[in-house]
Amino acid sequence: MAQPKNFGFDEEAQMVRDSARKFLRDNAGIESLRKLVAVDHVEAYESTTQPNYYDEKLWQQIVELGWTTLAVPEQIGGAGMSMVTLAALAEEVGSVALPSPLTSTLLATTVLREADGPGAKTALEAIVSGGPATLAITDESGSWDAADSGVAAKAQGSGATLNGTAYFVQDARKAASFVVSATADGGTALYVVAADAPGVTILPDRIVDLTRDQARVVFQDVEVAAGAVVAAAGKGEAAISRATPAMLTIVAADICGAAEWQLQTTNEYAQIRTQFDHPIGFFQAVKHPIVNMMIDIDRARSLVYTAACAIDTEPERAQWYARMAKSAASDAAAFCSGRSVQLHGGIGFTWECDVHIYFKRQKHNQMYLGDGSYQRARLAELADQAAA
Amino acid sequence: MAERKDTPEQAEFREHCRSWLAENKPAPPSFRLPISAIEVMTEEQRDYLASWQNKVYKAGLIGCDYPSEYGGGGHTNFQAVANQELQRAGVPYLLNIIGLNMAAPTILQHGTEEQKKRMLPPLLSCDEIWCQGFSEPGAGSDLANVQAPAVRDGDNWIINGHKVWTSLAHFATWMIMICRTSSDHKYNGLTYYIVPIADTLGVTVRPLIKITGETGFNEVLFEDVVVPDTLRLDEVGKGWTVAMTTLTYERGAAEGAGSGGGKGMDERLDELIALAKRMKRNGKPAWQDATVRDKIMQLSIRGEGLRQLGRRARVAALCDHPMRLPLQTKVLISEWLQDVAACAVEVEGAYASLYKGDERAPDGGDWPLAYMNSYGFTIAAGTNEVQRNILGERVLGMAKSK
Repeated sequence: MAQPKNFGFDEEAQMVRDSARKFLRDNAGIESLRKLVAVDHVEAYESTTQPNYYDEKLWQQIVELGWTTLAVPEQIGGAGMSMVTLAALAEEVGSVALPSPLTSTLLATTVLREADGPGAKTALEAIVSGGPATLAITDESGSWDAADSGVAAKAQGSGATLNGTAYFVQDARKAASFVVSATADGGTALYVVAADAPGVTILPDRIVDLTRDQARVVFQDVEVAAGAVVAAAGKGEAAISRATPAMLTIVAADICGAAEWQLQTTNEYAQIRTQFDHPIGFFQAVKHPIVNMMIDIDRARSLVYTAACAIDTEPERAQWYARMAKSAASDAAAFCSGRSVQLHGGIGFTWECDVHIYFKRQKHNQMYLGDGSYQRARLAELADQAAA
Repeated sequence: MAERKDTPEQAEFREHCRSWLAENKPAPPSFRLPISAIEVMTEEQRDYLASWQNKVYKAGLIGCDYPSEYGGGGHTNFQAVANQELQRAGVPYLLNIIGLNMAAPTILQHGTEEQKKRMLPPLLSCDEIWCQGFSEPGAGSDLANVQAPAVRDGDNWIINGHKVWTSLAHFATWMIMICRTSSDHKYNGLTYYIVPIADTLGVTVRPLIKITGETGFNEVLFEDVVVPDTLRLDEVGKGWTVAMTTLTYERGAAEGAGSGGGKGMDERLDELIALAKRMKRNGKPAWQDATVRDKIMQLSIRGEGLRQLGRRARVAALCDHPMRLPLQTKVLISEWLQDVAACAVEVEGAYASLYKGDERAPDGGDWPLAYMNSYGFTIAAGTNEVQRNILGERVLGMAKSK
């Protein structure tokens, strides 16, 4: 099936994007971001427990605007928006490097809506009523494979008991619930577990990125009822795999938004900073890498919309395009981050200059869910499968 | 099957293109065709390709959106459909590409009624082939430094000078040419002409030999060549503006009067993967090597990115600046072609040492040639260094580099 020429970016999508852009511009610019996350380097990196910086009031407004429900199907009370709408929203969120559990909640939503256990519906309803959620599906090795989990589930009546640790859990301290993958008899299962459930311990990681928090989540004899089963044993891996294109696309879109900020900020600096009697953008050694930032971003953005549109209209191609989008976006994140610091010169190497905030978020998102070469290895496997 | 969002007229036209192409796809020639039209050298290649373009024109797949009084089809938004279907059909490329993609849109925009009526029909039908006389030995990246003088002499102009890198000049009836009509102003001292170059007194066309050892383009020398004023395009002193129209089309930032056919991007990539599966690296198929796989997938992503960028450029709501995407096209396609060829040469390993004509050369020795030829694309139509200046200055607003 062919994709629509406009990627399905219709009036509704544009309305969501434009209102998000205005809201974030009014409420979450670089000034407020700096005040929120980058005032004190000692506090940020050397506190006994790393601060969990985010603006809870702003988050409540975002919940009221309904952004967390955009990906939830309409029959469960969500807005059931197209993936291209979500991608456009994620781009706006990335462009202000927003510290919030929004991305994590959207990612959890994409998994929940692919699962058919009773817990999936309950968890989606909790998201609709304003509770942020996040995925706890990564093991100690940092594997992005849907089959790998650091948590074991033992059948207990019609529910299960969870033991083990989920690693690299994004926005763990902001989430009200976790979507946990666990190895059970019969394969990977998914459960929804409240963040304050007995036996759940959140151990914050110390991380480089200032715009999110990350943690290990320890499950010690955590009892989950039958109603909390999101995907029964043997069905969890497939649910994650089906959601993977959407997850990759959302993160790639966030990267594109942030990379555009890096481009525009570096470009502005190249026009005001003068050396050798010229604005430095006059020199091709500065001009050309900035143009190359733009080229990388535009490739990634074009592929993000293609991937989003594939999820909406040709799911059989979704994984292919989404891995392309994440690969291109990850590489753009690396390149734009490097150039944004380098081309700012000495000031770019300081805490005072805002580029470090985006640099760190981008390096985090570059690796999250697999970097460029990881995606390309998966793409080559897909090419082999298609040829077989 | 109709494409999504085709109008009913476009859908019907697409059906026409498909059935006509299915019935009229020519048998491959007994001789080798070069990779693109600008490398066509022999008369048998020319005759084969010219007669193909003529058939395509008569079937209504060229000049679709041009007014019928100038030999066009008089339609709206049909050319993109025809181009897609020509590309898809795996048919030979169109020969008169400088005419179709540079001369025709320039004449349509800047020409007089007489010029359009005289020039466009035989251009579209390939009865007359066109070439482009812009670059000179002293005017490459700094194109406005063109020196070839045109001096008024009553109703005529007397042209002298030296044009270089002139593809297709050896077959061309006409040249689009910029000349210097005033030395007082760099940009406003240029004027644009349509110059007859076949069998014209004072015109000498000499082949240049490329790094591949093949001929493929020419230099053209002008010695007191008389050109009537009726062949001047637009006003005296406006040559730079007119040349910008030509360059916009040359760099792929706008759609010309017809294109398509020849090897598409998918086909090249498929050939690269097939090559990697055949060639050995460390005792195993090169395709099994993680580095090779990574490189090829990067090229696959860049190719798809380029295609989707072209699609996104038509969705205004997803573009920040109207020229931001179109102006990237030339850089992206030329570097992609170069890097695909470079990758193939690496994959060939020791076999990349073999020149065409050695019977053991993989794919007939095409890849090392394609790699060398690819520098033509990154240099021509404004080097990619100049393209990046233009992107930085026009799209991002950076200070103009000297």
